[in-house]
Amino acid sequence: MSAWETIIGLEVHCELKTATKLFCGCPNMFGDEPNTNCCPVCLGLPGSLPVLNKGAVELAIRIGLALNCTVAPSTFHRKNYFYPDMPKDYQISQYDQPLNFGGWIDLPEGSRVGITRAHMEEDTGKSTHLGGTGRIHGADSSLIDYNRSGVPLVEIVSEPDMRSGVQARAYVAELRAILVAVGATDGRMEEGSMRVDANVSVRKPGDPFGTRCEIKNLNSLRSLQRAIEYEAARQIDLIEAGERVVQETRHFDEQTGRTGTMRSKEEATDYRYFPEPDLVPLNPSRAWIDEIRSNLAPLPKARREHLLAAVGEITPALVDLVATVVDRDLDTLVSAAINAGAPAQLAIARAANELDADGVLPSPASFAGTCQLEASGRLSATQAKQVLAALLDEPHGDPAAIADRLGFVAMDDGALDTVLDAAIADHPSEWQRYCDGDDKLAQFFVGKVMAATKGKANGKAVIAAIAARRP
Amino acid sequence: MTTSAISLAQAIAARTTTAAAATDAALSAITERDGELHAFLHVDADAARQAASAIDARLAAGETVGPLAGVPVAIKDNLVMTGVPTTCGSKILEGWRPPYTATVVERLIDAGAIPIGKTNLDEFAMGSSTENSAFGPSRNPIDPTKVPGGSSGGSAVAVAAGYVPVSLGSDTGGSIRQPAAFCGLVGYKPTYGHISRYGLVAFSSSLDQVGPFTTTVADAALVSEIIGGHDHRDSTSIDAPAPGLLEACGRGVAGLRVGLCSDLLDGADAVIVDRVRAAAAALEAAGATIVDLAIPELRLGLSAYYLLAPAEASSNLARYDGVRFGLREERDDVAAMNVATRTAGFGPEVKRRIMLGTYALSAGYYDAYYGQAQKTRRLITNALDAAYQGVDLLLGATTPTTAFGFGDKVADPLSMYLSDLFTIPSNLAGHPAMSVPFGTDSAGLPIGVQLLAPGRRDDLLFAAGAVLESEVSA
Repeated sequence: MSAWETIIGLEVHCELKTATKLFCGCPNMFGDEPNTNCCPVCLGLPGSLPVLNKGAVELAIRIGLALNCTVAPSTFHRKNYFYPDMPKDYQISQYDQPLNFGGWIDLPEGSRVGITRAHMEEDTGKSTHLGGTGRIHGADSSLIDYNRSGVPLVEIVSEPDMRSGVQARAYVAELRAILVAVGATDGRMEEGSMRVDANVSVRKPGDPFGTRCEIKNLNSLRSLQRAIEYEAARQIDLIEAGERVVQETRHFDEQTGRTGTMRSKEEATDYRYFPEPDLVPLNPSRAWIDEIRSNLAPLPKARREHLLAAVGEITPALVDLVATVVDRDLDTLVSAAINAGAPAQLAIARAANELDADGVLPSPASFAGTCQLEASGRLSATQAKQVLAALLDEPHGDPAAIADRLGFVAMDDGALDTVLDAAIADHPSEWQRYCDGDDKLAQFFVGKVMAATKGKANGKAVIAAIAARRP
Repeated sequence: MTTSAISLAQAIAARTTTAAAATDAALSAITERDGELHAFLHVDADAARQAASAIDARLAAGETVGPLAGVPVAIKDNLVMTGVPTTCGSKILEGWRPPYTATVVERLIDAGAIPIGKTNLDEFAMGSSTENSAFGPSRNPIDPTKVPGGSSGGSAVAVAAGYVPVSLGSDTGGSIRQPAAFCGLVGYKPTYGHISRYGLVAFSSSLDQVGPFTTTVADAALVSEIIGGHDHRDSTSIDAPAPGLLEACGRGVAGLRVGLCSDLLDGADAVIVDRVRAAAAALEAAGATIVDLAIPELRLGLSAYYLLAPAEASSNLARYDGVRFGLREERDDVAAMNVATRTAGFGPEVKRRIMLGTYALSAGYYDAYYGQAQKTRRLITNALDAAYQGVDLLLGATTPTTAFGFGDKVADPLSMYLSDLFTIPSNLAGHPAMSVPFGTDSAGLPIGVQLLAPGRRDDLLFAAGAVLESEVSA
């Protein structure tokens, strides 16, 4: 029996990082005192009217361009349904004429995921349900904060192009990096500035798509992957047991790691979309779109390619390190360090593993100097990392001076020989096995030498010395 | 009060009378007669007197005041004013005091006008007689056994009864022009987008427009120039200079081609048809050319309107859910509370239209109803545009009948809807139109003739309206 294939399409809601809300002048601020950033418009009071925020449109167009979409004349529609935290009991969204459509994202591992559309809409308020399970059903009472009501969102809908939870996770990570890079969002999933709904179905390869379930409101990369993997397994179990998957909306319980029914298709709302009569069509001019395009910040993919172009041999491990460097916005520093003479591969590895983009960073010259000292053998890896740590207190410090101050003196070959002799003498059977061809034991002796020298020995020199002793 | 807004404002500015006196006169007329006529749902006498005293003080200090300084005005109760109850004639909003003021009201106040109170209307402006008001109907001051028309009936009564020279109404399918005709007033619905809707509680957003009731065409021009013009808070507001309306009142109609449109006339009472023909003769005598024409597409307007307006209303009225303001019928869970609140708060006509509109937008029915109605709307607009290739203005009746009696049409919603037949096309096309009083029937009930113009040519209505007005008063 052939294996099952999981089919995944994602809908990602991204809060735009505008100063004000989508249709009024209220501040777009997370975490303020509830119901302080509200006005007649975002409270949906009778008689109020929406006025479109141009800054939000610009960010939405940036997203469209960054996702390789066509940016087109568009209209707004009303999506009608009752919910207490939605003040007008309809959401202003886009329907058959979205602002952006028909794009794609290339993931770092090489796959391409199609983007169906990226449209604008307004966020709802936020409900807190007291008592019961914390969900609306069975709650004793509910509190509503309308500060979020009317915050601009872009909903990015992918094609059903993903085939695993890992790939879906990589897609959201890359999408997030792109959205952050173009300045559209802060990308804080835990604060709800990015929320993911996953459509999951399973089939045998080559068959038509199976019945899908939509898992709502996944708010971390880990939850996304877990929910998809659980849901695919659940559907496969159902089908293999001779049952059928029912199309429905499900939620993911982070405690149990399971998905559960929210509402079935029979209960699905008829949203009665119709054109929003309070707004006029949105027709961004070609000149404006071109201006936005020309001011678009470099995207993560281009930034990764730029770094990789500086190294010789590209290994999967190096690709991951470069992804980390770009993801943490450290690529500018690394490029500058490489230009200042740092070996590319070493600079990438040390930046990915030793530097914190949110904290103090060493100057490019100091970072480059440290990498050079390590490459030349003047500093061991352990010592170089300690120098980098010390540079956080003096970002423009001289790495060689810091190394001297820390007492890091490169060990001469004679001293190394002495320590290695002692290690071999202390562990004769391990040495014999190494000499008999068990290569793994080389690392054992490196560890012994490092312990004896308190990390001062140069790892490469130790490995070379061990190899030289083998008969 | 029979004086016009313009002459009252002049008298106050010249200090031959005072804003306080004008306001007191309005308030005592209301005290005397509004128990019977019921134009007002809310009168704010203290606030009006204070505002009037402030105007008088500014005049005494030699300050420049606005063109409506000291003129009492009445506001339809679907326009919001900070702190003043706004009910839309509905139980569901009883007790709600809005925290903001509509642009049109703000502009009236800035011009020195004194808001006296909020006037009665069919619930959420849905109706043609004020009989759908949750707070009881208004009565026609010319014959209190007759309806004043609707939905802006209270605003028409407030002017026709002589309480105030100016009131504001809103017109979605004829809700200014029909009561103006029934009460013998000038009623004007501007080009869509000419007057801000910000603060007008929405019935059907793509059709609603605010406009004035006045006793003279020039008053309507002045008030519309004050409240009109671009408003950045209304995205559908036209951001371009509007043609001068006051200036147009003296322009005459010499050289204009006026289409006498059979589809705005056939089916009207004979006496009304006679008066429309007399109006055509008067315009001809003033130098216009009369062209007989038919625009059969206009007949399709009623059915399109009664799908589009309810569709938008079903969405616009969703927010009355008991969560944030107005009535709340407490229940154990939120869905039950929503249903109980809306069941108790809305009257039968509002419920009928919400059901109709919800159905018209439903999956599987959208194309056949809402979609078809949108196509019909375009058809009517195109037909009017084509007609305006040959004429400058259209002339017809405002209403098929004069004011009818209470209860005459309540049992049959369709016959009530038919009273909007001639007024609806202008709303669908977004074009301006005006009802001008032009005589009475044998019982002395007023008859209105209707002038229609292409979009953004509101000035033509005032040019022709002023000619008709001078013919009546001559």
